[in-house]
Amino acid sequence: MLAKRIIPCLDVTDGRVVKGVNFLELRDAGDPVEIARRYDEQGADELTFLDITASSDNRGLILHIIEEVASQVFIPLTVGGGVREVEDVRRLLNAGADKVSINTSAVINPQLVADASDRYGSQCIVVAIDAKQVGVDASGQPRWEVFTHGGRKETGIDAVEWARKMVDLGAGELLVTSMDRDGTKIGFNLGLNKAISDAVDVPIIASGGVGNLQHLVDGVKIGGADAVLAASIFHYGEYTVREAKEYMRDHGIEVRL
Amino acid sequence: MIDIAVVDYGMGNLRSVSKALEHVAPNKNVVVTSQPADIKQASRVVFPGQGAMPDCMRELESRGLRDAIVDAAATKPFLGICIGLQLLFEHSEEGDAAGLGILSGNVKRFSANEMHDETGNKLKVPHMGWNQVYQTQAHPMWKDIADGERFYYVHSYYVQPQDENLIAGVTEYPKRFTGAIAHRNIFAVQFHPEKSQHAGLQLLANFVQWNGQA
Repeated sequence: MLAKRIIPCLDVTDGRVVKGVNFLELRDAGDPVEIARRYDEQGADELTFLDITASSDNRGLILHIIEEVASQVFIPLTVGGGVREVEDVRRLLNAGADKVSINTSAVINPQLVADASDRYGSQCIVVAIDAKQVGVDASGQPRWEVFTHGGRKETGIDAVEWARKMVDLGAGELLVTSMDRDGTKIGFNLGLNKAISDAVDVPIIASGGVGNLQHLVDGVKIGGADAVLAASIFHYGEYTVREAKEYMRDHGIEVRL
Repeated sequence: MIDIAVVDYGMGNLRSVSKALEHVAPNKNVVVTSQPADIKQASRVVFPGQGAMPDCMRELESRGLRDAIVDAAATKPFLGICIGLQLLFEHSEEGDAAGLGILSGNVKRFSANEMHDETGNKLKVPHMGWNQVYQTQAHPMWKDIADGERFYYVHSYYVQPQDENLIAGVTEYPKRFTGAIAHRNIFAVQFHPEKSQHAGLQLLANFVQWNGQA
C-alpha cells in the first residue's frame, strides 16, 4: 500500500536553516546539508527547502546547497521560494531539485504554472497555497483565502477554488499551509486541508502548525493529507522522523519504516 | 570509453539519475548524452524520462535517437526508468501516442472510477510516493533487495505487457500494476531508483554489475 509521506521542511536564508513563528522571529537551526543528511538517515520520505533569503545577492546560495544535498541524499527534493519564471525552475532542477514549488508567482502569473508543467511535467510542479480563514460563507462553512508574500498580502482569492485552478493548469501536487497556524504548534488546519483534498485529485501536503505527533496523524486521518510537512518539531530534536513514523504506524497509518 | 550512457533527449531532470549512478559506481565513466554515437559505444545504457510520453517520443525522434535506442535495447544491459519503461511499448493512452514498439503491449492510465481503497478513501493520481514492489520473478537486478521493498513512484500511467511473463515486479494501487519488466538484456522500472534511497541505489548498483542475462 502507498505510504503516507513525512516531509521535513528546511526554511533557508543566507545559507542557514531558520524557523520563525507566523513567518516572523527567525531562529537559527543549523547547516542545511548537515540537517538534510540527518533527516535522510532518520527515514524522511522527501525533503523540502524553502528559500526565504530576502536579498537577491544571496539567492544563488540555494543552488549550491541543493547541488551538495543532491549528491549525498537520494530521496526526492523539493525547492521553493523566489521562483518567478520558467528559467528559475530550470536552474533548480539542474542543481538537483526533483520538484519546484511555486507560491506568490502563481498568483501574480498563473501562466507560469502552465508553462513550467508543460515544459518539465506536472510531476515536478508543486503549487504552494498559503491560506487563512477569512470568515464563513452563507451556509456557515469556513472560507479560506489565499495570501502571498509570506502571508503578508491578501489576494481575495478563495483557497479551494484556487486549488482547483492550479491543478487544471498543471500542478502535480499542492502544498497547503495554514498561515494562521504556521509555527504555532497547535496542529494543522484540518478543515482547510480536507476541503482542498476533497476538491482535487492530486496529492496534498499539509503544512503549518505541527506541535506534536498526534497532529501528524490528524492531518492524514481527518485532514485527508497524502503527506505531512513539519519543521520545528524535527529541527530542535523534539522528535526524530523515525519516531514520528512509528507513532503514525501505531495509529494505523501506512508509513515507510 | 563510456561505461554508462544516460540518454538525454531534453525531457526531465537527468542530474538525479547520473548523480545516483556516480554514487554507486565512482570508478565508472557515466555520461549524460544526446549523441547516438555515445549510446552506440557505451557498455550499458540508462533510458530515463519524465513528463508526457507524446512529448518524450517527439523529442526522441527529433534528436534522431530512435535507432540508437532500439539498437541498445537489443544488444546491451539496458535500464528503462519511468517514461523510459513506457516508451518501450507500442502505444500509450496518454495523447494516443505510439511508443518505440520494442515490446508488445500498451500504456494505460489509472482508471478514475477505480481509485478508491478498500475503505472507500479516494486514491490520488498521480500515484506519488513510496509503495511496495513485489518481485514476480528472480532476477539479478533484484539482488540484495527484499521482496516487498518500497520504491518511490510518481506517475499516472502504467504499462500492460501483452506477454505477462515480462513482468518482474508488481505494485498495488489499488489493483496490481506493472512495477518492473525484464526481457533479455532489458530491465525497466516504473518507479525511480535514483530517488529510492538504499533500495534504489542497490538496484542501480546491480545494474552496474549486471551482464545483461536473466
